[in-house]
Amino acid sequence: MRLLTPAILLIAALALAACNNPRGGGEDADAWGGDDAIGSTALGDPNDPDSIAHFNEMIGDRVFFTVDQTDLSDEARETLRDQASWLNRNPQFAILVEGHADERGTREYNVALGARRANSVQEYLVEQGVEDSRIRTVSYGKERPVEACAEQRCWDLNRRAVTVVSR
Amino acid sequence: MTALTARPPFRALILALAALFVAPAIALAQDDGPLRIEITEGVIEPVPYAIPDFVPENSNGRQYAASIARVVAGNLSGTGLLREIPADAHIGRITSFDSPVQFSDWRAINAEALVTGAVAVNGDNITVKFRLFDVVSGQQLGDGLQLDGGADNWRRMAHRVSDAVYTRLTGEGGYFDSRVVFIAESGPREERRKQVAIMDQDGENVRFITDGSALAFAPRFSPTGDRILFTSYETGFPRIYLMDVATREREMIGDQPGTMTFAPRFSPDGQSVVYSLSVAGETNLYLLDLESGQRTQLTDNAAIDTAPSFSPDGRSLVFESDREGTSQLYILSVETGEAERISFGQGRYSTPVWSPRGDLIAFTKSHGGRFHIGVMRTDGSNERLLTASFLDEGPTWAPNGRVIMFTREQAGGDPALYSVDITGRNLRRVPTPGAASDPSWSPLLP
Repeated sequence: MRLLTPAILLIAALALAACNNPRGGGEDADAWGGDDAIGSTALGDPNDPDSIAHFNEMIGDRVFFTVDQTDLSDEARETLRDQASWLNRNPQFAILVEGHADERGTREYNVALGARRANSVQEYLVEQGVEDSRIRTVSYGKERPVEACAEQRCWDLNRRAVTVVSR
Repeated sequence: MTALTARPPFRALILALAALFVAPAIALAQDDGPLRIEITEGVIEPVPYAIPDFVPENSNGRQYAASIARVVAGNLSGTGLLREIPADAHIGRITSFDSPVQFSDWRAINAEALVTGAVAVNGDNITVKFRLFDVVSGQQLGDGLQLDGGADNWRRMAHRVSDAVYTRLTGEGGYFDSRVVFIAESGPREERRKQVAIMDQDGENVRFITDGSALAFAPRFSPTGDRILFTSYETGFPRIYLMDVATREREMIGDQPGTMTFAPRFSPDGQSVVYSLSVAGETNLYLLDLESGQRTQLTDNAAIDTAPSFSPDGRSLVFESDREGTSQLYILSVETGEAERISFGQGRYSTPVWSPRGDLIAFTKSHGGRFHIGVMRTDGSNERLLTASFLDEGPTWAPNGRVIMFTREQAGGDPALYSVDITGRNLRRVPTPGAASDPSWSPLLP
């Protein structure tokens, strides 16, 4: 099932993480519904053009990068233009752009690289008219591969930025 | 090795390891003078030694008599500089700590060094004594030493004995009575659980100090070993946490809305933290004064500046930056803010760490699809690669600046901790309860 993408699972994980924050509060926790809420958003029917399922599966929630790079390919731009029109059509959704790196780099460099990739996507979405204040970015570096294998094909899938939408 | 050449004449048992920056030393054996293991380049044959079970000096001491000797032997043999002659080959017996040693019994089995000890337990307290002998010359090396403390600290006492023996034989500072903070990993890679944990340097006494509910990485000990820094996704975003090791109390520091903060390291005086802050895709270095909360931006450019490490005098930082394209190492003067590139070899350089001695910088290098741990002088000269594998990264220095621990990951495998000495010899896996990464060595314990 493509429906339960790791990105969606991550939303849940992030919401839980916010709730587990013993000090609570803080801008991060607020962004995810405060201390005692677990964010929950219906994915809907992928054939409904305004559903999250449609965004994730039909438009594509992610774009890919080449080694050490943050430039957007033509294909990535096309995906992001489609993402932007969905996001502009559905202004009630909050947007988190996650930047990721493959495992072929050191940990902290990869966090910074993922931040740069997420920013690259954020800037492009803003160029396409998405309101800046709706978008937050986070980098997971190489900590959350979508495919774990010591091969090029996995590294290619892991060098990505994922646009996660939620209400 | 200036530290060595300054010592008095000796019968040198010239051993492995490498003298840096000097031509390979020639092993000279003089027949007078005490046993001396010289840590120099080019070696070779570990020095044979014997360490019989310590002598129990009361009935409660019996339970520790063998185990203390085993911990000491594990440390000494683990250096690669010494080779233990097993007990079943011993001819001599040590039945009293203070009786004269029959050196002929130990010479007969070709032991060159002999460690003897005694242990007594009274209530909750333990007393450990030891002596070190040069078997060949029939002399004691240094004075006997007595250690007293709580019985639950018996391993630390064994490490103290190990440090004393190591120092007397090599002239180098010890490193056994120390700990390592690291990340214990479990679960599938896509959803990896990563907890901060602390263990003794030999892998014993593992304690988890975060619960694993939030992803955490790259912990660092404070210069006095009483606090740690690490990065955690507890809020959903990378943030820096400062934790008191004894109380486990912690606080988030350096956070700034709309940014990501990570890669924290203490200054040598423990009063400041240098770290990376990412905003709008740019990652720069900042310095936070822990007392006042005052924040100073140290670098300001569109590049990735991260993995900072202070020089022991606190006046400079070495860090990695891709400001000129690929990641390279730079040294920043804290006073002037000027950064100077020091790495010029092929490949990408990252995670530089300044040696506690101040003389070397250890780093990760990737080149041609392989990853290496290497060392260079602080001006970038004399680069030497110590390891090579699918993925080696994140070196940390032992308190004496002679041994480096790092993370190694084989293709498709789980990460594990390894140690290697600064000559590239004696590569060893450090035992951990499961997958492990991101080691950071503490100073010697007080």
